[in-house]
Order: sequence, then structure tokens, then C-alpha cells
Amino acid sequence: MAYHVFLAYIDPWINWDWLSTHIPLVVAALEQHLELTAIAVGGGLAISLPLALIAHRRPRFRLPLLTTAGIFYTIPSIALFALLIPYTGLTGTTAEIPLIGYNVLILVRNILVGLDAVPPEVRDAADGMGYRPTARLLRIELPLALPSIFAGLRVATVSTIGIITITAVIGLGGLGQLIYKGLIENFHTPLVVATVLSVVLAFVADIGLAGAQRIAVPWARAESR
Amino acid sequence: MSILTDVWRWFANLDHWSGSDGIPVRLQEHLHLSIESVLIGALIALPIGIALGHFGRFGNLAINISNVGRALPSFAILVIAFQIFGLGDLPIVIALVALAIPPMVTNTYVAMREVDPDVRDAARGMGYRQLAQLLRIELPLAVPLIMAGIRLSAVQVVATATLGALIAGGGFGRYIIDGLAQQDYTKLVAGALLVAALAFSTEISLSMLERILVPRGIRLLKQGASAGQGNPSHARSI
Repeated sequence: MAYHVFLAYIDPWINWDWLSTHIPLVVAALEQHLELTAIAVGGGLAISLPLALIAHRRPRFRLPLLTTAGIFYTIPSIALFALLIPYTGLTGTTAEIPLIGYNVLILVRNILVGLDAVPPEVRDAADGMGYRPTARLLRIELPLALPSIFAGLRVATVSTIGIITITAVIGLGGLGQLIYKGLIENFHTPLVVATVLSVVLAFVADIGLAGAQRIAVPWARAESR
Repeated sequence: MSILTDVWRWFANLDHWSGSDGIPVRLQEHLHLSIESVLIGALIALPIGIALGHFGRFGNLAINISNVGRALPSFAILVIAFQIFGLGDLPIVIALVALAIPPMVTNTYVAMREVDPDVRDAARGMGYRQLAQLLRIELPLAVPLIMAGIRLSAVQVVATATLGALIAGGGFGRYIIDGLAQQDYTKLVAGALLVAALAFSTEISLSMLERILVPRGIRLLKQGASAGQGNPSHARSI
């Protein structure tokens, strides 16, 4: 009898009963996680693309841009969230500004590396074929930079998925909410479920982007054969 | 603007510079946790990375360690360690060590792999034995990238040590977590500035250490050839 009472107080790592009755909670957390990730990566790409193109055209913007982004990147996310709270409160804006900023650095750097790696002969050939600079950039150089851009997108997405869990301390968090719940209620199940789901999510996103890259860069496949 | 003035007054208040919740004590706690974790992490990660890189086997393992490490949220590691080991510094240090290891393993592995094969051959031709070749030829050449990995880990550890306050740890994170709980935005912002400053100084001081530790010959080599940016895993997970 005493043994059973004792057992009841040991929290198993997964309590399937709790899980089966709380599926909507888990799904909602997952949805929020996906939404926050999509905004952070999409916003980062939308901002970094024009910035990188400008820095590519005008090399004197390059160093200031990379230095500013590099300094921003050194600041821990939790510190940035805390700095923003007095101004933007416990909102999605507070969560997204640092995340978008981090992704801008990763992506600007990778886009520039990709554009720099375009062989000069290719550029000359495009010029010789009568491409104007803008058309050459959009139709020749940018497609050739795609592998590097995709590499940046994969790193940005996977690290965003991890950092979002921390936004639980400002009332968001996606799956981080469940981790936080596990912490304050001393209850293992949501913690384990959220950890497993966020690792799975990161891998699925990574594999998905790798697949998208294969479709977007068909010539790379032909070369590797 | 008023928040900034409040924060300025908070820093000017001498009460915040003494006692168990004072800045010096919190700084000491934060540094203690971080240094301990980075050192333990380096003791585990560097030998693994050096061995994998030197023998050139299990390269996928080194890369996968880093990928898994990036995908595992440090917040989750911290809370899981807390659930297993309970209150105290131990779960924080364990979580921070787990966080510190992947970038160091990957960077060290890549650093050892990037040693020019001709240089290895030359060393062998000159009669260097395995161990001497490793210690006197490959390792010095690998120092720049290895140090980059240590710096990357250290900055992340300093950042994540902040979260230790969530499981009742010390350090600057206390100001942020307590500031949030008490809705004391002055304390919150002051804590954020302290954490940011500490992360930034970590980055700067380790870059300086890196410059000192890189052998002079390699520095000259780098200048001459303007070697490309070999920074394989510059991604944050916090």
C-alpha cells in the first residue's frame, strides 16, 4: 500500500493520460512555434536580401553592415527581450525583433558569400550576352548564390526554433510554454513532449529546406553525379 | 526616456553595488558558473575534436553532434537538468557544459582537418612521430579555429547562464527574472544591459586571447594569403 502511494508520487517522464487529454494544448503551442519561426525567418530574409544586394553593389556599406549586425548578434536574446519589454511589452513584437535581427546577420553574410563566389567568367559571359547589371544580378548571380543562401536559411531556421522556447519568459514561447509549464508545475510530461517536438521540428525544417534546395538548384544535382 | 533615467539612477545607487544581490556578487556568480562550464566543456570537447580530426574518422559524428546541439533548446536542457538534479549550481553547470561542447567539438574537428595535407606529409618526412606531429605541427596550425570555437561556446554559455535564474540560480539573470516577476522594469533593463555588456566583453577578451595564442608564423601566413573565413558553425542557439 505504502509502495503504491510512493509510486504515485514519482512523476513518470511521460504521462500518457495527461498527454491524451491535452493534445489541443500541445497543438496550439506547436502552431504558435511555427508562426513565430515563420515570421522570424521570413522577416529576416525580407530584410537581409535588399541589404545584402546593396552591400554587394556598394562595397563601402559592407563593413559597417557586417559590423553592426555582428555586434547585435553578440547580445544574448534574453537581454534583448528584456530591453524591449518597457517599450513593446509582452508581445510578439518583443519576441520577433531580436529573432529577425539575428537572422538578418546569418542571411546577409551567407548571401554575400554566395554572391562573391560567382566565378568572374560567368559574370563576363553574362555581360557579353548583353545582360544589364540588375538583370545579371537577379537572373545569373542570385540563382548561383542559392546554395549558400539555403545554407544560411537552414542555420537561421534551426537556431530560431531553439531560441523561441526562451520567449516563454515573456509569455509566448510556443513549445517553450510547455517547458515553462513543466518547470513551474514540476511536471515532466509537458517538458519532455516539448523538448522532443522542438528537436523533431528543427530536423524536419532542416530536411524540408534541404529538399527545397534540391528542387531550386537542379544543376547542383547534375554536377555531383 | 524616463526608463533610461531610472536605469541610470539604478546604477548610480550604491545599494546596488553591495550585498548578496549587489552587482559585484552577481557578476562573480555569473563568471563562476560560466568559466567552470566552459573549462569542463573544453576538457571534454577538445580531446574528442582533436582525436576525430587527427585520425580523420567519424567526421559525420563531429558534424552531427553540432547539429543535434543546435536543435536542442538550451532552455529545455536547463529545465531537464533541474528536474533530475534539483536545486543548486549542478544542473546549471551540466546544462551549460552540454551547451558548450558541440561548437568546440565541431570547430576543433574542422580545424584539425584543415591542416594542409602537404604539411602533414612534410612532418612525416622529417621523421616526426605521430604524437610529435600532432602536438608540434597540427595543433599550432589549428589554434585559430579552435579558439574561435571556444569563443563561440563561451559567449553562448555567458548568455545561457542568465537563464539559470529561472531555476533559482545566481548571476545577472536574477535581475532580469526578478525584474519581470516584480514588474520592475528598471531592474529588468539594468540586468539586460549587464548581461549584454558581459557577453560583449567575453567576445572581445577572447578575441584578444586568440590573437595572443596564435603562433606568429601562422599570423604572417594568414596576412600573406588572406585566408578565407573558416568559421564553420557560427550560429547561436540562445
